[in-house]
Amino acid sequence: MSNEWIEVGSLSDIPKLGARVVNAPGGDIAVFRTADDEVFALRDACPHKGGPLSQGIVHGNRVACPLHDWKIMLDSGNAVAPDEGCAASYPVKIDAETIFLSLTPNDGCPNQD
Amino acid sequence: MKERLIVIGNGMAGMRTVEEILKLDSEAYDITVFGAEPYGNYNRIMLSPVLAGEKTIDEIMINDEQWYVDNNITLHKGKTIVDIDRKARKVVVDDGSEQEYDRLLIATGSTPFIIPLPGHELEGVVAFRDIHDVDMMIDAAKNHKHAVVIGGGLLGLEAANGLMQQGMKVTVLHIVDTLMERQMDSVAGKMLRKSLEERGMEILMPASTKEIVGDGRVEKVILEDGREIETGIVVMAVGIRPNIELASKVGIHCERGIVVNDTMQTFDPRVYSVGECVQHRGETYGLVAPLFEMAKVCANHLVQHGIARYEGSVTSTKLKVTGIDLFSAGDFTGDENTEELVFQDASRGVYRKLVIEDSKVKGAVMYGDTIDGSWYFDLMRDETDITDFREKILFGQAHLGDSGHGDENRIAMMDDSAEICGCNGVTKGDIVHSININKLLTLEEVRAHTKASGSCGSCTGLVESLLAHTVGGDYSVAPHLKPICACTEHTHDEVRKAIKDNELRSIRATIDFMEWKTADGCSKCRPALNYYVMCQYPDAGSDDSQSRFINERAHANIQKDATYSVIPRMWGGGTTPQELRAIADVAEKYEVKTVHVTGGQRIALYGLTKQELPQVWGELNDAGLVSGHAYGKALRTVKTCVGKEWCRFGTQDSTQLGVDLEKMTWGSWTPHKYKMAASGCPRNCAEATIKDFGVVCVDSGYELHVGGNGGIKVRATDLLCTVATDAEVLEYAAAFMQIYREEAHYLERTAPWIERVGLSYVKQHIVDDAENRKVLAERFHYSQSFAQDDPWEARAKGAEKHEFEPMKTINA
Repeated sequence: MSNEWIEVGSLSDIPKLGARVVNAPGGDIAVFRTADDEVFALRDACPHKGGPLSQGIVHGNRVACPLHDWKIMLDSGNAVAPDEGCAASYPVKIDAETIFLSLTPNDGCPNQD
Repeated sequence: MKERLIVIGNGMAGMRTVEEILKLDSEAYDITVFGAEPYGNYNRIMLSPVLAGEKTIDEIMINDEQWYVDNNITLHKGKTIVDIDRKARKVVVDDGSEQEYDRLLIATGSTPFIIPLPGHELEGVVAFRDIHDVDMMIDAAKNHKHAVVIGGGLLGLEAANGLMQQGMKVTVLHIVDTLMERQMDSVAGKMLRKSLEERGMEILMPASTKEIVGDGRVEKVILEDGREIETGIVVMAVGIRPNIELASKVGIHCERGIVVNDTMQTFDPRVYSVGECVQHRGETYGLVAPLFEMAKVCANHLVQHGIARYEGSVTSTKLKVTGIDLFSAGDFTGDENTEELVFQDASRGVYRKLVIEDSKVKGAVMYGDTIDGSWYFDLMRDETDITDFREKILFGQAHLGDSGHGDENRIAMMDDSAEICGCNGVTKGDIVHSININKLLTLEEVRAHTKASGSCGSCTGLVESLLAHTVGGDYSVAPHLKPICACTEHTHDEVRKAIKDNELRSIRATIDFMEWKTADGCSKCRPALNYYVMCQYPDAGSDDSQSRFINERAHANIQKDATYSVIPRMWGGGTTPQELRAIADVAEKYEVKTVHVTGGQRIALYGLTKQELPQVWGELNDAGLVSGHAYGKALRTVKTCVGKEWCRFGTQDSTQLGVDLEKMTWGSWTPHKYKMAASGCPRNCAEATIKDFGVVCVDSGYELHVGGNGGIKVRATDLLCTVATDAEVLEYAAAFMQIYREEAHYLERTAPWIERVGLSYVKQHIVDDAENRKVLAERFHYSQSFAQDDPWEARAKGAEKHEFEPMKTINA
């Protein structure tokens, strides 16, 4: 795994309260943008049945999985209780308007791959 | 410094209010709770199963002591408040200490009524109210053989049943000649008596107690008629009274209960009160369901949101005796203005009585099979006009449609392995287990934890019954007016009205105006708001794709493997060799995994990636094919038969009519999916009578049918009217679709909508009022002038590119 920051695009590439997909060697990563322009990245697979989180509705700091409406926290990747599970989260930084992503997932989610 | 809230009473009402406060604003108060009992907060209505040995005290604890610690609440258990100094705003504790408050919540509940008979102070005479009473009863069962219960009401019978389970011989003394006479009529009372006696309970009534005799401890009970019954314990269960002792002592206005207004505020503006101790609009409540509603309202005002009002509760009752199903609600005796509908089948042990006034349900008593209790209860609470289904109402909701599960739904008899929720594979055992382990008390909580009834929702009634059955007591059904979602207290109707009255032309304007609790809504309310605004202001250009479910955003149906399906429109189910060739070419070129003919007379291509969609659409567009909106809450298909052009039975040109209907309505967004059909004769090959709007051609013209659907619960349509010309068919179709678009709740199909508002209502607005019909149709056409753009065409030409393409591809 690389620890390098990879440029993936600019903030305006992602709609507010939306997401885009980054095709990565280890599988798709969903990059989300909230109403206040915070950006988060999660493995694009719901811990429930693998639904593509990038296709869900973003609200507050959560995304609702399009398949069965599980709510996933954008910062941690954790499912909102009482559901249990997590999607791996990835470090993101914004420099000016440019978004950088690291492919080394954050700690804390056991089933990251 | 934070404001200080003191709660007097550590029972269900007080703690439910605290929980609601924490949910709204956990930082609002420093909370201190005083409870006279030496326990955490437990579910008092579950004392009966504890007595019966079916549950333990631990199982009925709602908030254990750790909960208070976790939420920074100071709990003083076993301490009683003896005085309140309202001027200095402080409470006086029985140990002499004092504590100041900014707001005070009195939730002192009720106290059992003890008849002051001679001997009522003897040892062994108990009430049935708290853990201490239950301990005494269980103790008595170890040392004594006989028990007497005074009172044949709900509480008395549950106590008697529990004592029998503890191995005692129980005699119930009841003052009148019908058991549970406040909840049941004499027929149901007799059926109940019979089954209790079959279980070995002795019931004497009418029986009036003269005195209780004993030397230190109770030994026997003497009746007015001279009969004597030997007993080791006497349980008095003759009623409860609001506990207003403290409140009235300190001068807070009380009548039968502590008088509160619609915000649960007492006459002292700093003092609130909830639960069985209050009197609201002249009513006091001895059941649990009202507590939930009161708690919600009270919390809303304590955290100063200030928008909720408690407007009283309609309550219902169930008896928690395992194996006996009994339900009662409202006024079940009736008077000279009411009529009764009765169903009785003695050998099956089933009895139902509905009291009707002005075509509305006023009350219900059910015995033996209570699955429809929640339905009758809803009809009663919502004051639904039952004229349209009166002849079927006694057979229950399942019989309104054709594919109900009928008697399979008898909760009490179900095996633990019986599947309740077919969508998510949740069994009765799973649900009961989760309710017990997680202390669930509402339908929403059961849904969150088990997923039961969370998908298609058809088992909601079953899950509600199961909840009532498991946590018992009374029906704590969902509140009367349901908010759209947790982001707001407002209902669908309130939001629609506000959007209309206040010119709210965007989701943002609506969320701000209606003071949503969340910054940008949630996945439940945003799609609803998006639709409501768009429906009200079709010209506003308000459509927000980020507030649409993925299918409507991507104009294709997401499948479980995250690929998409593509279904082009085939007008009235017709197609041409050229179109078929284009579809075949696309299927080959993109290696479509599955080609499937849908139920709506068209062809679906499955397994396309999102990136491929715009190209596929472009190629289909070239052959004249457009989006079929098979993914949307929108007009789907108009199914037809070949009509008189080919069929020897056809009476009209139903095929062309179907095409005309589809050309008129395609592109329209609706609260839920919307399907139509046109059949050429009453043989009805196009199955028009299970569609949202169906036309059945007859020799003299056209029958118009509305409100049908296949799906979860089949509902055959209602006949709206018969018209003579195809022009009229189109006008009615437009008007009906528009009134549904304007008035139904988001995600409510025409079938439940019509059951909610009544067919008569629809007839009145569409059939009887020709002017209104024309206006509705005009509004529909106006809306269509903005809606009829093929969404595929623009996207095939590059619109919304970001939706379909990855942001970046990183190579290994």
